[in-house]
Amino acid sequence: MSKPYNNTKATLALAKASFRSIMRSPSAVVFTLAFPLIFILVFGFLGRGGVKVDLAIAPGSDLQNPIVKALEQISVVHIIKDKDPAELKTGLEKGNIDAVINVQKNIQDAPAYLANVQYTSASIDKGTILKSVLNNLMYTLNSKDIKPSIAQLNESTVQGRVYRTIDFILPGQLGFSLLSTGVFGTAFVFFSLRQTLVIKRFFATPVSRASIVFGEGIARIGFALCGAVFIILIGHFFFHFTLIHGIITVLNMLLLAIIGLIVFMGFGFVVSGIAKSESTIPPISNIITLPQFLLSGTFFSIDAFPSWLQPISRALPLTYLNDAMRKVAFEGAGLWDVKHQILIMIIWGIGVYAVAVKVFKWE
Amino acid sequence: MDKTNAIISVKELVKKYDDFTAVKGISFEVYENEIFGLLGPNGAGKTTTLEIIETLREKTSGEIIVDGYSVDKDANKIKRIIGVQLQAAGYYPNLNLVELMELFSGLYGVDIKPMEMLEKVNLQDKARAKYKALSGGQKQRFSIATTLINSPKIIFLDEPTTGLDPQARRNLWDLIIDIRNNGTTVVITTHYMDEAEQLCDRVAFVERGEIIALDTPDNLIDNLINSGFERTKEVKKANLEDVFINLTGKEWREDN
Repeated sequence: MSKPYNNTKATLALAKASFRSIMRSPSAVVFTLAFPLIFILVFGFLGRGGVKVDLAIAPGSDLQNPIVKALEQISVVHIIKDKDPAELKTGLEKGNIDAVINVQKNIQDAPAYLANVQYTSASIDKGTILKSVLNNLMYTLNSKDIKPSIAQLNESTVQGRVYRTIDFILPGQLGFSLLSTGVFGTAFVFFSLRQTLVIKRFFATPVSRASIVFGEGIARIGFALCGAVFIILIGHFFFHFTLIHGIITVLNMLLLAIIGLIVFMGFGFVVSGIAKSESTIPPISNIITLPQFLLSGTFFSIDAFPSWLQPISRALPLTYLNDAMRKVAFEGAGLWDVKHQILIMIIWGIGVYAVAVKVFKWE
Repeated sequence: MDKTNAIISVKELVKKYDDFTAVKGISFEVYENEIFGLLGPNGAGKTTTLEIIETLREKTSGEIIVDGYSVDKDANKIKRIIGVQLQAAGYYPNLNLVELMELFSGLYGVDIKPMEMLEKVNLQDKARAKYKALSGGQKQRFSIATTLINSPKIIFLDEPTTGLDPQARRNLWDLIIDIRNNGTTVVITTHYMDEAEQLCDRVAFVERGEIIALDTPDNLIDNLINSGFERTKEVKKANLEDVFINLTGKEWREDN
């Protein structure tokens, strides 16, 4: 009894217990790992194609001509053959086919071929792409033997990093995973520990309140980081997620994850304090997580949102976590380069914890 | 053992909730190494009194000293020398008994062997089971095991036998007597008078927040008889519970 009480030991014992408990809880594993991974898989495979224009060749069209041969070489154009006129008509009306081309040998001397293209109002975007592809193609074919009279266009492309869909999607999914683990996990665990009188039993031991909060926090951060590493590794090795400086980039991402998670756990403490029953936790948590899920650039760039929506997006903490993650992962930014984003997250953290201290309940 | 050595002393304890006074200035002492019973109907203030001594609740007024420490100043020192079994308590979800024991040893800051603690309450076969999967009697035994982790001087048991079958109840009595024989003071609440009579060295009757009687069970019974009380029905040498135990056996059941 003369030995002084060891708070660190108590905190670590709690962290260990909590970590074991989280690992055995199906909902935690599903929210942290399964959901983000499913989204990554879906978008990872979706993102491989890029834009494709479906161009059908009309029945009776000439096939052995330079125009069709050149079109077959263009990666953007997907050539569809052997469709009858009725199929083509409904295809065009529904927008399943973006355009139909019919090439005929010219009976007169020049030009050698006549190409009739039919677009559809059901697919104006892709029609426009095709129009410029065709214009370009025709110009090249027609001017093959002619010297330009005004200027010659020389084109070249700089070999840069390939920005894949995964480079956008993965940081967003990682952010979402941290958000849901932080908010739902923390809210549920503290609510249920209080409700099932686990905390009351803890209070009959010499453990301090700080140890309980820190122990839970350490466990949750540890679990979320395991999840983050797993997501990053799957993304990197299966979908070529870009990690510019390799392991350094991963470590920077994990540090950002910790900052984000601490802020999101603050929301969780608030929810556990204001929830009246177990069934009110999901709706309240959703009020916090859903808007961020949709508006914080998890799936789409914020720049794509209407201008009245953008200020709302730019007020949310997840926006800055996603932003910082992308900069670090793809542009190779260091933590100091994203200090602006970190600062805003810290401001959110201070605000959230100020509320949490007021509403959090132990009993 | 010097019976008059008070390890807990409660003086003029009052607890008010808003407009309701749960405990109305009670005073009593618990002697070292005795089994002390707090008896009384539901809502009499037993649990409130216990939880104030355990430093889990604030008192409104009064003075409480536990083994020389005041609940006002040395709550944490008191927590280190007592073991507490709550009437209703939960244990960390998804953990088995060994893992829960490890957790509590960390919380108390002591090194114990979880299996040895479980053996003390005959739960070694359930080491890998979850708390939720235990029967009522096993749950109570596990709760008592968690109170013993820090080798406490005093343990508090709040209705440990409520809801148990006769075998499980007798088991628990044996366990509690063992604990006392190892030098620990026991404070217990119960609704069962036969239990108090069997177990307790002294009992206090609590009614509406006041102590209305405090003595050894023998003295209390003698006093009543001396006042001229007689049972309406003549008492036989055995009762129905004796028949039950005689027929079904006294052994610990797999599920109790």
